Amino acid sequence: MLIKKPADIRPSEITSEQNYLDRRTFMRVGALVGGSILAPSAISAVVPDRRGTKLTGVSKSSFSTDEAPNSFEDITTYNNYYEFGTGKSDPHENAQNFDPLPWTIKVEGHAEKTGTFDFEDFIKPFDLEERIYRMRCVEAWSMVIPWVGISLAEVVKHFKPTSQAKYVAFETLNDRKRMPGIRRGSLDWPYREGLTIAEATNPLPILAVGLYGQVLPNQNGAPIRLVVPWKYGFKGIKGIVRMRFTDKQPLTSWNMAQAREYGFYANVNPNVDHPRWSQARERRIGSGLFASKQPTLMFNGYGDEVAHLYKGLDLRRNY
Amino acid sequence: MRLRTFTKASICAATTNKSLDTLTQVRRIWKPIVFLLCLAPALLVVTDAFELTGRLGANPVEEIQDRFGIWALRFIMITLAVTPLRRMTGWNWLSRFRRMFGLFTFFYVLMHFLTWLILDQGLLLSAILEDIVERPFITIGFVALLLLTALAATSTNAMRRRLGRRWQTLHNATYAIGILGVWHYWWQVKKDVSEPLIYATILAVLLGARVIWSQVHKKRRRRAARQKPQQS
Repeated sequence: MLIKKPADIRPSEITSEQNYLDRRTFMRVGALVGGSILAPSAISAVVPDRRGTKLTGVSKSSFSTDEAPNSFEDITTYNNYYEFGTGKSDPHENAQNFDPLPWTIKVEGHAEKTGTFDFEDFIKPFDLEERIYRMRCVEAWSMVIPWVGISLAEVVKHFKPTSQAKYVAFETLNDRKRMPGIRRGSLDWPYREGLTIAEATNPLPILAVGLYGQVLPNQNGAPIRLVVPWKYGFKGIKGIVRMRFTDKQPLTSWNMAQAREYGFYANVNPNVDHPRWSQARERRIGSGLFASKQPTLMFNGYGDEVAHLYKGLDLRRNY
Repeated sequence: MRLRTFTKASICAATTNKSLDTLTQVRRIWKPIVFLLCLAPALLVVTDAFELTGRLGANPVEEIQDRFGIWALRFIMITLAVTPLRRMTGWNWLSRFRRMFGLFTFFYVLMHFLTWLILDQGLLLSAILEDIVERPFITIGFVALLLLTALAATSTNAMRRRLGRRWQTLHNATYAIGILGVWHYWWQVKKDVSEPLIYATILAVLLGARVIWSQVHKKRRRRAARQKPQQS
């Protein structure tokens, strides 16, 4: 089931002025996608704006939903990214001047292949896929988002975790100069997240590097972020700089902040309420002022793919 | 709060006198202006909904609810600021606005509640009752609304006269409403309590000012009582 009927809103319509790429940005796309190596010194003189750059060679995925995706505007102006502020429009407002590149990702822990990789080198071995996923925030709102990314399972396999690797831990960039929200100390930085190896090697999770066919906007976690569609949105760690294979369950930021309210698993579950609000229903962003909330689905509707991961686990206690 | 005892005749007399006295000025000029200013945040929600003045963003229901909620908090603070400000400055005409501010607090809380009831919950009775009973922060907000309803209903001069001394006792619930409001706000934020903290601080100052005022007065009265027998 290939999904993409002519999209409601084509990226070209959304970012009209950004589509007129200058030559430098265009060269950089080549470096990003085609894999032709551009010496960093060649582009360091002028920092090109990579925003709006189109990604090429993106294939469709059978995991995509056929629900109508939210508008580019909704997805990029309403989200949580506490490193850029705690308000929903803060990331959009405060991440405009954030230039993610150059970016490196450190891979460490119980794996045969470890080391520090340049972002472009990190994603080069993998296929770019469009995955249109439902996103359910723990705050009881939801969206449908056309991500572009690489399969996390493929990434994990690529680094050859050893038998001791039971979890994969991720960390976000912790740069108080470039991320104004960090100065406010709303969370214990750096932002941390993690998955079990079984979850990480499930075919659904991706490391997203794009949105609506373009490079991932800064406010959505550029240059690379995790997307785990059956879990609450906060599991989708943004701006990843570190990936660690561990034998112990890693610390996760929201669990550290309020363990009673946010667990390690954080699977979308309409039957287990947040202590302060119901998780039974959700507001679909973009549905309008008078639309009613819709029922939240178990595992956000991805039960066929992931329910087996939690057989025998008490989901009420392991929220 | 003698405002309503002005008769039409007395106002006409004042107008014809050309030199309007302060109270009449407050009533005929300042009250309508302040009323419109108080209403502006609500009007802005309507014009923003039609994208005439601004926008309500990706989640308009949440935006409307939050705006009414935050203005309700601001108005309870403004209402509670009247008396300390009057005592500090000696501007007694300030108390002429106290009822209006109090009623606007009620208005914004009611709008906040109706937004939640109609737009957020979609009038789904089971979910509404469950939320009021099971979610402590919603219970708190609901209690504040009930108290405010009682105060709004007894805000008229006629009710004030009828209740006599009990009126003041009842209307001391304003302090409790302020506390419940800040508490409700504090409990609903996910993590960053910096904004609720601002309101908590303002509330602490406003309530603290009353405690200090009453302490000072008690001392003065006691001193006066002690000095009397010495003099005799």
